[in-house]
Order: sequence, then C-alpha cells, then structure tokens
Amino acid sequence: MSTNVAAEASHPAPGDKPVHYLNWAYGVRSWLLTTDHKRIGILYLISITFFFFIGGIYATLIRLELLTPQADLVQPDTYNRLFTMHGIMMIFFFLIPSIPAVLGNFCIPLMIGAKDVAFPKLNLASWYMFMIGSTMAMFSLITGGVDTGWTFYTPFSTTYSNTYVAPVAIGIFINGFSSIFTGVNFMATIHRMRAPGMTWFKLPLFVWSHYATSLIMVLGTPVLAITLVLVALERLFHFGFFDPAYGGDPVLFQHLFWFYSHPAVYIMILPGMGVVSEIIAAFSRKPVFGYRFVAFASLGIAAIGFLVWGHHLFLSSQGVYAGMIFSAISMMVAVPSAVKVFNWMATLFRGSIEYSTPMFYALGFIGLFVIGGLTGVMLATLGIDIHVHDTYFVVAHFHYIMVGSAVMGYLGGLHYWWPKITGRLYSGFWSHLSALLIFLGFNLTFFPQFLLGYLGMPRRYHVYPEEFQVLHVLSTAGASVLAVGYVIPLVYFLWSLKWGRVAGDNPWQAAGLEWHTSSPPPVHNFTTPPVLAPDAEPYHYDEELLTGTPSPELA
Amino acid sequence: MSFSDFQLIPDGASTLASKVDALYFFALAVSAFFSLLIAVLIFFFFVRYRRRIDGPQVGERIHGSTPLEIVWSAIPFVITMVMFVWGAMVYYEKSQVPADAEEFLATGKQWMWKFQHPEGHREINALHVPVGKRIRITMTSEDVIHSLFIPAFRIKQDVLPGRYTTLWFEATRPGTYHLFCAEYCGAEHSRMIGSVYVMEQDDYQDWLSGGRSGLTPAESGAALFTQHACDTCHKEQRTGRGPSLHGIAGQQVRLASGRTLTRDDAYLRQSIVHPGAELVAGYPLLMPTFQGQITEEGILHLIAYLKSLSAPAAEYSPPIPPEGAEQGPSSADPSEVNP
Repeated sequence: MSTNVAAEASHPAPGDKPVHYLNWAYGVRSWLLTTDHKRIGILYLISITFFFFIGGIYATLIRLELLTPQADLVQPDTYNRLFTMHGIMMIFFFLIPSIPAVLGNFCIPLMIGAKDVAFPKLNLASWYMFMIGSTMAMFSLITGGVDTGWTFYTPFSTTYSNTYVAPVAIGIFINGFSSIFTGVNFMATIHRMRAPGMTWFKLPLFVWSHYATSLIMVLGTPVLAITLVLVALERLFHFGFFDPAYGGDPVLFQHLFWFYSHPAVYIMILPGMGVVSEIIAAFSRKPVFGYRFVAFASLGIAAIGFLVWGHHLFLSSQGVYAGMIFSAISMMVAVPSAVKVFNWMATLFRGSIEYSTPMFYALGFIGLFVIGGLTGVMLATLGIDIHVHDTYFVVAHFHYIMVGSAVMGYLGGLHYWWPKITGRLYSGFWSHLSALLIFLGFNLTFFPQFLLGYLGMPRRYHVYPEEFQVLHVLSTAGASVLAVGYVIPLVYFLWSLKWGRVAGDNPWQAAGLEWHTSSPPPVHNFTTPPVLAPDAEPYHYDEELLTGTPSPELA
Repeated sequence: MSFSDFQLIPDGASTLASKVDALYFFALAVSAFFSLLIAVLIFFFFVRYRRRIDGPQVGERIHGSTPLEIVWSAIPFVITMVMFVWGAMVYYEKSQVPADAEEFLATGKQWMWKFQHPEGHREINALHVPVGKRIRITMTSEDVIHSLFIPAFRIKQDVLPGRYTTLWFEATRPGTYHLFCAEYCGAEHSRMIGSVYVMEQDDYQDWLSGGRSGLTPAESGAALFTQHACDTCHKEQRTGRGPSLHGIAGQQVRLASGRTLTRDDAYLRQSIVHPGAELVAGYPLLMPTFQGQITEEGILHLIAYLKSLSAPAAEYSPPIPPEGAEQGPSSADPSEVNP
C-alpha cells in the first residue's frame, strides 16, 4: 500500500554514512511532497511547536494582566481576544494534533512493524488541511481576533460579537478534516498493517490508546464541524438555529458543541496515557501490569466519553433528572481512569526503575492526572458544580488535565522517542532541570486557581475584586517558572540536532519494535520486515536480551 | 494587595451554603487521601526499586491480577456513587423552588443586572434581601446568555434570552456579598457585577419604606395591558375575541393542535411574543406579535399582572358562550375554564 518514490534511491554506498529517512533526500520539495509518515510527523512537530508558543504568548499576556485587580496592561476587548485565541490555538492547533499527529504518526507504523500508514497520501493531505485551517484561523486572529471564547456560545457568537467569528469557525472546520483523516488512517493502519504475528494483544498500549483516540476523532469531529457551520450560517444569513430572536434555541448549541468537545478532552488525554504506559514499562523494564485492563480502559473512556456532554450544562436550564443522569455517567469515567493509574503504580512495583527524563514526565503525568481527575469528579458532583461551575476551579481542573497531563505526556513522549526520531541524545542535566521547572511551575500556576474558584472568582474576568489578588500573584509567578521550563527543551532539542551524542538504535534498551530498527529509521522503517514469534510478548524484558551498555542519558 | 482578609473558604450566607461546603469538604478529603496515597506510593517505589549497578537490571515479570483489578475498579465506583447521590440531593434541593417563596424579578443585559422587588422597588447591580425569607428570582436575558452567581449563597443559574429560569435561596447572615455574572457575555463581562445586601427583616422593611417603591410588577403589567390595548380582545368574561385571561396562569389549556399544556410563565411569554405558536383551541389567530415592542421586563410585568387576575366568580358572572364560538368548536372551550 505504501508507495514511496524514494525506495530505490536509498542504497547506501560502501563507506558512506547510513541512509535514513532524514538524509535520503534534501530540499523543500522532498519535505512538502513527502508521503513518509516519519517526515509528516516532523512537519506536524514544527507546525504545532509554532502554535504552542503562539498560544503561550497569549497565556503570558493573560497572566500579566491578572497580576493586578485593575485593567492596566490591556483593555477588556483585547483581554477577551487573548483568552479566546489562547484557547483556540492551544486546543485546536496544538493539543488535539500533538501526540497523535506527531508521535502517533511517527511511531505507530514502527511499533506495529509496518513500512508506513495505510493511506500515506491521506496522511499528507491531513497536514495540508491542518495548515490551511490553522493559517485561516491565524489570519483572522492577527487581523482582528475573536472574542467569543473558544466555546463560541450562542447567541453571543452568532449575533452579538463584532469580531471575525465566521472565518475562525471555518478555519476550525477545515482543521477538523485533518483530525478525521488522521483518525481514519490510524484505524486502517492498526487493522490492516500489523506485522505477521503482531496480534491485537501484542500491540503496544500506545497503539491501543491511539485506536481509542481515532474512534473519537472520526465519530466526534463531524459534529463539531457541522455545529460551526451552523454558527457561520446563522451569523452570515440569520438562519434561526440558536438565537431566540430568530426562533432558535441557544442551549441547543451547547449540546452540539459539547457532544464533540467533551470527547475532545479524551482525544487530548488518551494518547498521553498511551505514552505513559510505554515509558513506565521501558524504564521499569517490566511488562505493564494488567495489560488488557489498561487497553480496554482506553476504549471504555472513549465510549463513556460520548455520553457525558451534559455535565457542561448543569446550570443551563437542563432538566433536573437530565442533570442527574449526566452526573452519574460522568462519574463512570473515574473507573477506567483509576484502573489505568493503579496499573501504572503496580507496574512500578518490583521494577528496575531508571531515573530518566521521560520517566520524570511520566510520573509527573500520573500525579497531575490524579489531581485533575479527582477534581473532575468534584465538578461532576452536582451539588459542588452549582458553586464552582464557570469559576477558576474549572480553569484549574482542565489545565491539570490538558496541560498537567496531556502536555507532560507529550513532552515525555518527545523525550522518549527523540533519539529514535533524530538519532541524537539531548542533555541530561538540562532536561532534568526543565522537567522539574515545568512540574513546579505548573503546580504553582494552577493550584492557587482551585482556591480562587471555590472563593468564587468567575472565569474570563479581566478585572476582579481585590481579595483575589494574592492567589493571582502566585499563579502569575508560577506561570513565569513554567514559561522558562518550556523554553529550555526548545533550546536543547535544537542543540542536540547538531551537537547531541549519537544515540544508537536502542539507547534505553527498551522493548518494542520501534527500537529494533536504526535511529533514525531507514526510509521504509525496517531493512528486513519484522515477523513476531508466536510466543512473543509485549514489553518483554530479560537480562539476557540486554546489551550491557549503561543508559546513556546522564553521561 | 491585602493579606488581612485572606481566606480559603468564602463566607457562607444561605441555607444551601453549609450543605455545599459539607459535600465539598468530603470530596476534598477523598481527593486529598488518594492524591497523597498515590504520591507516596510513586515516591516509595521510585526509591525502593531504583536500578542499582549490582541489583536486577530488569523488573520482575508480573503480568497482572484480576482480583486486584476488580478491587480497584470497585473502590472508585463506590466512592463516586456516594458523591453522585449526595451531590444529586443538594442539586435537587436547589432545583425545587418552594411554593411560598417571594418572587423577585431579574433581567440581565449587556452589562448590568436589573432587579425588581415584589413591592415594586427597582435596583441595578444591587439586590437587597431580608434574612430568613425564602426568595426566588425569575430571570431572563435581553440579549446573550448570562449567569447569576452569588458565591456566598453557593448558588448560580444561567440566565437565557427567550426563556425563564429561577434561582432561589434563603439568606442566613446579614452582610454584603458579591454578585457576579458567571457566563461570559462580551466586552464588559467582568464588570457585570454587583452586591447582595442581606439585611435583618426590620432593616429590610425600613429600607423598603425609605425608597420610592413605584408600581409593583403587577401594577406595571396592568398599565401595559391597557396601553397595548390587550383588553380590547381579552376581557374578564369570555366575551372578547380572545380568551379570557382571568385565573388562567398555571392552569391547563387545550390548544388548537389538540395538545394540552400548562400555562406557565414560558407559555405566557411565548403567547405574547409569538401568539400563533401555541394557539388556544376555539380562537382564531387574530393577535399580532409583540416581539420587540415590549421589553423583557415589560413581559415579566404582564405575566405578573396575569397571575394576579383571579378567575371570575361563577355566581357573580355566569359563563357566557364566547362570541367567537362559532369560529371554532365551542365544546373545546370549557376545558380552559378554571374549576
């Protein structure tokens, strides 16, 4: 299925450096027209890194403005655009594509022993859709911005906002296709491209979590896309979908929006869970405890995730009993989530644990995910939500999940597979330091926001009563630490490309097919297509299989 | 920056506040316990099983344990169900508006809160209420979605355009508390704030008598009723071209479509704004729409007026077949008469 034009071009001449996916061809054309899943992963990596730092600049301005109770840095119109653009950039153009489109794209074919994804051209089309959608959104954001919040609640977004709602909505609509393409591709790849002997229960858990993620991408994204089209239609042609002045129902929008956007949270977190399973197994040198339970927990989260959207509407005039049903189902998500956490803990038990940067991120992920998850249960509790709904408690909760967990998972995965992607190692000292700064900075930024929320500080407030200032100052101080923590990896990753030590094929001595090919991998991933023995196990670690070289990272 | 009034739990000043706090403390204790348990275990395993040069270079091959999986699935399930039931009980109490609560009116608009007392006093971004009285606020929005949030009462309810929502409370402690808009509503969202003044009942009576009360909502509604010539068609006896509106609020009515529904606030509002949407059986659609001609406050006043109208006394004025009866099945008509 995979057709790569470069296949025959990559015969290494004797004595030359080995030819791999990065050096077989150079030039812009070889990148922009590539159908190699590894190169497309890199294209995504560069694009989303850009959007991450753009979103980060918005976050910095928000935190600086909130340093004082008054409006001193920016005016309300600007502030409202800042938090809207921060949300749109981070969610649609960073978090949703982050792990799947970069690490999933790069690793899934390697992990299942395939030479590419099932539909390589669709994979490239997905990146182009992402670029068209994001450019369109960026253009509207730069020329005028949007002030609706990333949630586009009606009728504010359809009738009252004077900003560029329709172009941004259409940008996100187009970007949705990149998600759908990626999801379809992963599902087909996982079904059809597994190496001989790679049965479903020998798949790495990273692949299982991406299968669950792909289901949500394929089933959920169209609903968001259609909803945004309805917003654009009502805005441009006054169709009466949502605005009561035209005979619409404003709460209908919230149902449609959250039908996608709550499962979308699981698009952001499930791949991170997959990364954590890989890292914990690799650095404990132990099979993941309760493999099947962890795998099915991913599917369970994806399935239940489609039935919980109404917990965003407890106070939107939804019926009392509807609220109760959504509350009860939302609680159910705690079960598969807890199963995962307990299985990770049990995997550490009697492991041979190596202190390494990916492991620090994975353990940080677990800690922050536990806090994010438990506060999620608190929000699903109806009697608590009536007080903390739409306050900073919610802001803190979802940042624990989407930054604390999802971004930690993404960075952990990037550190874990960086030697495979680039063939180079990064600095141990700087990577440990930045992991620590990110963990501490994150907690200092967002923990005070739980307290602010229970005190009653509403979200999306530009000015606030003076008694909230102490906690806001702490939060801004934490954000400064966090910002430094995020910039350091950018520097040492770039540094490692030229000056980093050569990694070798398997620097962590990890199991997993991706480590059984060269680093960086050859164009077609494996020089000889892998075949798994009938008795092969996932995460198989044995003293005799180790090559005996110590871990290189701290060198 | 003031550290003097720094606190972690806001003042509680309603009957609901202590219940929400109790639930919150329980959830907090559960969360703290599990967070600490997991943090301690991570730290312990991390140190205890760290790789040593002379130690094992790979972990023990343990694949799992079904009994353990069942146990640690059951634990979160049971705990979350306890939280669900407890939370649902508090939510149910918040949703059940006591019948004897005094009705205040609130209208949200970009970017202010307008309140009106049953006695007619109007306030903007301020709400004076007596301690120990059950109060419900019937709310609507003139533009986008807002949300009335009073942290000291631990209560919040979205305020929607074209729809009525209700929030009720019983204040327990005199004082001045924040009142916020919690649903993002545009440029000055963070300035759509105000204060709730909870007063002793005597002080509240003094406050009421101190200001000019103006017309009560029902009196304003009566004036609007005449001003818009509603009384031309809607007469007390069923002699008008439209149905009589005396004693109908909250009662069942049969519609031209054959359905039966309750004439609640939402129905009354809709019948003013879109009279054709749910037509009463036996009456033709003669009424024009009043959308945009009467403010949301005006509609609330009209509804208050309609609720104040009692059914015509039967012995005083026996029902007369309506003149419009020949235009529709008169047999359908008595169904809307208040027994």
